Amino acid sequence: MQKDQDQILNEVTSGEYKFGFYTDIEHDSIAKGLNEEVIRLISGKKDEPDFMLEFRLKAYRHWLTMKMPEWAHLKIPEINYQDQIYYSAPVQKAKLESLDEVDPQLLETFNKLGIPLEEQKHLAGVAVDAVMDSVSVKTTFKETLAELGIIFCSFSEAVREYPDLVRKYMGSVVPYTDNYFAALNSAVFSDGSFCYIPKGVRCPMELSTYFRINAANTGQFERTLIVAEDKSYVSYLEGCTAPMRDENQLHAAIVEIVAMENAEVKYATVQNWYPGNKEGKGGIYNFVTKRGICKGDNSRISWTQIETGSAITWKYPSVILRGHNSTGEFYSVAVTNNHQQADTGTKMIHIGKNTKSIIVSKGISAGVSNNSYRGLVKVLRGAGNARNFSQCDSLLLGDKCGAHTFPYIESANHSAIIEHEATTSKIGEDQIFYCNQRGISTEDAIGLIINGYAKEVLNKLPMEFAVEAQKLLQISLEGSVG
Amino acid sequence: MSTITENISLKEQFLELYRNKSGEIAANSAPLMNALRDNAIGKLEKLGFPDRKKEDYLYADINSVFRQDLEKSFGEQKINFNIREIFHCDVPHLDTSLLLLVNGRFYNNGQELRELPGGVIAGSMKQAAKDYPEIVEKHYGRYSGNSKDGLVALNTAFAQDGIFVYAPPGVRSEKPVQIVNIMISDTGQMAQHRNLFIEGEDAGLNIVVCDHSLSAHRFLTNSVNEVFAGERAQINLTRIQNEHNGSTQITHSYSHQEAGSHLASNIISLHGGFIRNNVFVKMNGEHAENHSMGLYLADKNQYIDNFVFIDHSSPNCFSNQLYKGVLDDTALGAFTGRILVERDAQKTNAYQSNNSILMTDDARMYSRPQLEIYADDVKCSHGSTLGQLDEDALFYMRSRGINHREARLLLMFAFAHDVIKNIRVKALRERIDHLVNKRLRGELSRCNNCAMQCG
Repeated sequence: MQKDQDQILNEVTSGEYKFGFYTDIEHDSIAKGLNEEVIRLISGKKDEPDFMLEFRLKAYRHWLTMKMPEWAHLKIPEINYQDQIYYSAPVQKAKLESLDEVDPQLLETFNKLGIPLEEQKHLAGVAVDAVMDSVSVKTTFKETLAELGIIFCSFSEAVREYPDLVRKYMGSVVPYTDNYFAALNSAVFSDGSFCYIPKGVRCPMELSTYFRINAANTGQFERTLIVAEDKSYVSYLEGCTAPMRDENQLHAAIVEIVAMENAEVKYATVQNWYPGNKEGKGGIYNFVTKRGICKGDNSRISWTQIETGSAITWKYPSVILRGHNSTGEFYSVAVTNNHQQADTGTKMIHIGKNTKSIIVSKGISAGVSNNSYRGLVKVLRGAGNARNFSQCDSLLLGDKCGAHTFPYIESANHSAIIEHEATTSKIGEDQIFYCNQRGISTEDAIGLIINGYAKEVLNKLPMEFAVEAQKLLQISLEGSVG
Repeated sequence: MSTITENISLKEQFLELYRNKSGEIAANSAPLMNALRDNAIGKLEKLGFPDRKKEDYLYADINSVFRQDLEKSFGEQKINFNIREIFHCDVPHLDTSLLLLVNGRFYNNGQELRELPGGVIAGSMKQAAKDYPEIVEKHYGRYSGNSKDGLVALNTAFAQDGIFVYAPPGVRSEKPVQIVNIMISDTGQMAQHRNLFIEGEDAGLNIVVCDHSLSAHRFLTNSVNEVFAGERAQINLTRIQNEHNGSTQITHSYSHQEAGSHLASNIISLHGGFIRNNVFVKMNGEHAENHSMGLYLADKNQYIDNFVFIDHSSPNCFSNQLYKGVLDDTALGAFTGRILVERDAQKTNAYQSNNSILMTDDARMYSRPQLEIYADDVKCSHGSTLGQLDEDALFYMRSRGINHREARLLLMFAFAHDVIKNIRVKALRERIDHLVNKRLRGELSRCNNCAMQCG
């Protein structure tokens, strides 16, 4: 019984990465290396106003004084920052008017990924701002959104067209001094998305962006900024897949969210970048700083993430609860397999009165991977009646992997109530036996149990994403299952 | 009197001190203890003093407490006080074998090392290293040797004496060994003592450590306890920390448990300005059981930091951590608990719980309950809560005529009793209940019969 189970576990956890392909598109890249010249070059290529260049240079100079953080439970091979290409854009001759003019090979890539632009445009009602490597290629539904006053465009476009807004909010949540990778991103960020929801507007559709690292050896440095004005609402989806590549690729993104009074922002991520092969060779290094601020009273920010990819993940989507009665939520499923390493979690900083936060984290480790939850709940002195509940569960598949929990709880207010619980377990033999008894094969049973285990988080995803996420879980862990 | 200059690093100061005093240190200690010093000082040089950039010392400001102007004496100790006259332990009905440590040295009452009824050998660490070298050598520095903490290396380099307790195989002693650790001086003092508690197979010991300060000067103790529990041995350790608020106490406890052994430790922190307790336990044999508990009651500007690390390196072991505390005024509390389950430690059962109550908006609590697990067939859970007294329970009592203050005290007392009830020696348990009750009422400044005012 034990042996059979081991074998099946082995089979289901040895699934290969299914999104590995490489699209041969002409790239406009600059030489490897990082210095002030490169930053000026990037800024110049993007036609940026002076304040952006200054911001980049300040960030770069600050980055030079910083050291790579070592506190995470990760073994990160030394990264040679001079051996990266910091700018790469698919060559685009003229601005495109319709979908027909988009490079057919690019469209093909999206089709392989299951993001048919046209179909989605018509059927799903999802506006897609597809980012391939660094430059936005096509933005849809812009007109519909524009009627409501919603701005949804690429970051470089925003810099050119709405410099005041960008200037006001960029770096206000994640300053360039925040951490090593945030400084790096601030210096060299390539592109990203910008989203502005005006007062009282409820965004009628799910906004989504697909990031995709494509060119070999190109660090992709995304920067996303979402601003939700008073009483507005937006749900934003981000999904990632990346082609197979042998050398490690560096990814350091920043996402900033600002929610004003009574605003609500939901941010969902499915991350499935190349995790490296079974021997732990290759794979993406994913060092991301994501943070939102509930600036106004009664505002709400929620992060939902499904993390299945990347060789190394270092990511802590956080919420600063500054407005009174504001709410922060974090729902996460992190899966590691083979040699993957993940150190992920959240930070909830309670500043305003009656602020609430909830953290639900589900870690699944298989193979020889290491999966850590690291989360901070901090209640400041003025945060009367702050409330937090955290639950961190870990599931171990196999006896060579590791599951760790590192919560940090800091309270300076006597009326705050903070609870944290965590469990670590494996799939019970009795659970599998129960399924077997009812004619469900062990393989299917494991799939069933894992999906059930992650259900609490999957339920928080918008419909379209939930289906994709469920598939992803199965692909990353179950291989032959599903 | 040593002068402290701001611009020299702490590490340099102590390396310098060692260079100047190593002869004196060695002359007033035992060869076995001296043998480890050079190595330890090399380690200190490499590791340095922990600062707040180190994850393990994230909340503790070690630098500032070591920068206090304190006397470090390594020669013969002159005591101008008659300790026996000043000090009476106020635990009635508690029949103990009393050992005294004064400023980190064993206090000589004519006998450096004695055999207690039942066969337990207890007394000066220094003397034991001379009289029982084969036993001491087997254990001294063995369990703390791999520590990555500069403060442990510091202790190993400077410790001259301490308490040695040895229960030979099969010896079970019900009568507790009480170690009273007194700081008394007419200047600020730093003490670094080293205790070694060894239990052979099937042995049983109860040890009570009471920390007191008998004069109002600033004190700093940096002590290391090494505990060895042989197969099926049973050991109950209780520590009551009750020094005045101008004192700093850093304790390191390294326990090594063999198969089937049972170790219970309770740390009750009542008074003391800066307290840091490091508890390391290694479960080295199957079916070993460990209970690490702590209670911290802090007010004014006290800082109490408990750090617990349980290393499950063998399968089928059980460990349980329970740390509870009440923080009042501007007190700051910290708890870090780590359960490490190594790859082969299947069927581990490990629990960890930290509950704190904040009484004011100026009190702060940092809690880090952590799990690090590399085996899949384990049951591990942890929980941490931070909150205040239950309003419903308060209302219930008040509606029955109990006044608000009394109701609050009752609730706090019940909260604290969860830890105290695990103390196995009945007389001690009752006594601590009493002390805690008084502490919560703000009436405890010293143990009752003691002539000195510690608080």
